[in-house]
Amino acid sequence: MAYFKKVLIANRGEIARRIIRTCDKLGIETVAVYSEADAESLHVSEAAEAVCIGPAQAKKSYLNIEKVIQAAKETNADAIHPGYGFLSENPEFVKRCEEENIVFIGPSAETIGLMGSKLESRIQMQKAGVPVVPGTDQSIDSIEEAIKIAGELGFPLMLKASAGGGGIGMQLVHNQEELAKVFDKTRQMANSYFNDGTVFLEKWISQPRHIEVQVVADSHGNVMHLYERECSIQRRNQKVIEESPSPYLDEELRMQLLEAAVRGVKQIGYTNVGTMEFIFDEHKNFYFLEMNTRLQVEHPVTEEITGLDLVELQLKIAAKEALSFKQEEISKTGHAIECRLYAEDPVTFFPSPGVITKLELHEDTRYDFGFQSGSKVTPFYDPMIGKIIVHGISREQAIEKMQKTLEGMEVQGIKTNLPLLEQIMKNDQFKRGNYTTQFITQNTELLKN
Amino acid sequence: MANQKSVLSPIPGVFYRKPAPDKEEYVKEGGNVKAGDVIGLVEVMKSFYEIKAENDGVLAQYFVENEDLIDAGQEVAVIIEQ
Repeated sequence: MAYFKKVLIANRGEIARRIIRTCDKLGIETVAVYSEADAESLHVSEAAEAVCIGPAQAKKSYLNIEKVIQAAKETNADAIHPGYGFLSENPEFVKRCEEENIVFIGPSAETIGLMGSKLESRIQMQKAGVPVVPGTDQSIDSIEEAIKIAGELGFPLMLKASAGGGGIGMQLVHNQEELAKVFDKTRQMANSYFNDGTVFLEKWISQPRHIEVQVVADSHGNVMHLYERECSIQRRNQKVIEESPSPYLDEELRMQLLEAAVRGVKQIGYTNVGTMEFIFDEHKNFYFLEMNTRLQVEHPVTEEITGLDLVELQLKIAAKEALSFKQEEISKTGHAIECRLYAEDPVTFFPSPGVITKLELHEDTRYDFGFQSGSKVTPFYDPMIGKIIVHGISREQAIEKMQKTLEGMEVQGIKTNLPLLEQIMKNDQFKRGNYTTQFITQNTELLKN
Repeated sequence: MANQKSVLSPIPGVFYRKPAPDKEEYVKEGGNVKAGDVIGLVEVMKSFYEIKAENDGVLAQYFVENEDLIDAGQEVAVIIEQ
């Protein structure tokens, strides 16, 4: 039942605490790692053991593979949970874990590498009959070739680095001149950022929605979906609000999407939990975008509607156990919404580090937070302070609950996006469920009031 | 008389003297700067904030090294007006 004796959590903040919570429930011992800047953090005091792995800067601590491996060996941890971000999608780290006989809680290094290449994953998805954005399936090596292909596809297009991610290494081009202007620069940037200058072209989708599918696969051939998450409310290409189910899908379209995701996952022999991200155009066509081969920030909305503990499923799968349920036994109940609270100006999104002098939360709400009253939000890491998650019998009820929860919250000492979250929950367009990734940009003026 | 002007960082974070690890420093000590020139970069919560000179002059000295951690309001350099 315990899956592992001792798990090291190679992360910080809310997600480290979230993983410790499930380990505690299952009787698994925990080891936290922390940087010098995080010595006073909650995840450090909540783990049974804690090891300092270096200075504040992530590349000198949380991204330092050897420091993390050394901490695991020193404490005799038999598995490492990477959380999200940091080393979670780093094939080199997974290989190092294997070499040291430590179980990496996630998919294989090979699968992570495969899905880390946008071009390679496009090819695999097409083999599985999963639609991809119209575009090229091979590396474009010259501007002449790029112009020829662009002529066939038609502008506007997105020039993308195959190894890119998180909005970096992407360039929107409206015509031949623009393409010629940015082609070399994008290849060069891809080379210096990702050590891989491979670029390709895709049709640009102007008013997209981002909807993703949570999948779960064990090493015994069981592959299932845990429904979708609607993630279109974003700022600067980063998610702000997620909900499940998506208000955009009818049952037929939902089934098509979920089945496509499962086909894709089977194609690559994926194991553990993962997320297939899709983009929808204005005609309700959907296309595969990328796969996140790890636990997702917004996993709580899936936990709320399915009643499953995704971290427990990760541990179980990593321990080579078979999932104990079948697809038809997974049901979804009601509607869940997650809001991400960021330490930033609600209008300009400029980061706002500092000390949280007061943090007042509702007692009966799920908060996955990395901080509490008196905590210092340092400038070194992600601005996300935590997540507020509600579950209701309907979307309307969930929105109402979120409105009340946000109204009753108080954060002092630093600026947060709390006012923005409150405005969105009251916004008619949001309430109608009729929004795209452009929502925040298009509503800036409205949201200022 | 030459006037000394402190350059302060309005935000805490990690200070960089060059735009990217493989690039040249924005300004060398003793180099000329114009008002509005970028003299350093501060990484704060995965965002980057440019520190600019507010006056024309000579950047006489940096008080922080590349990749040093700095506090809000910290003096990072001094410019001698000319």
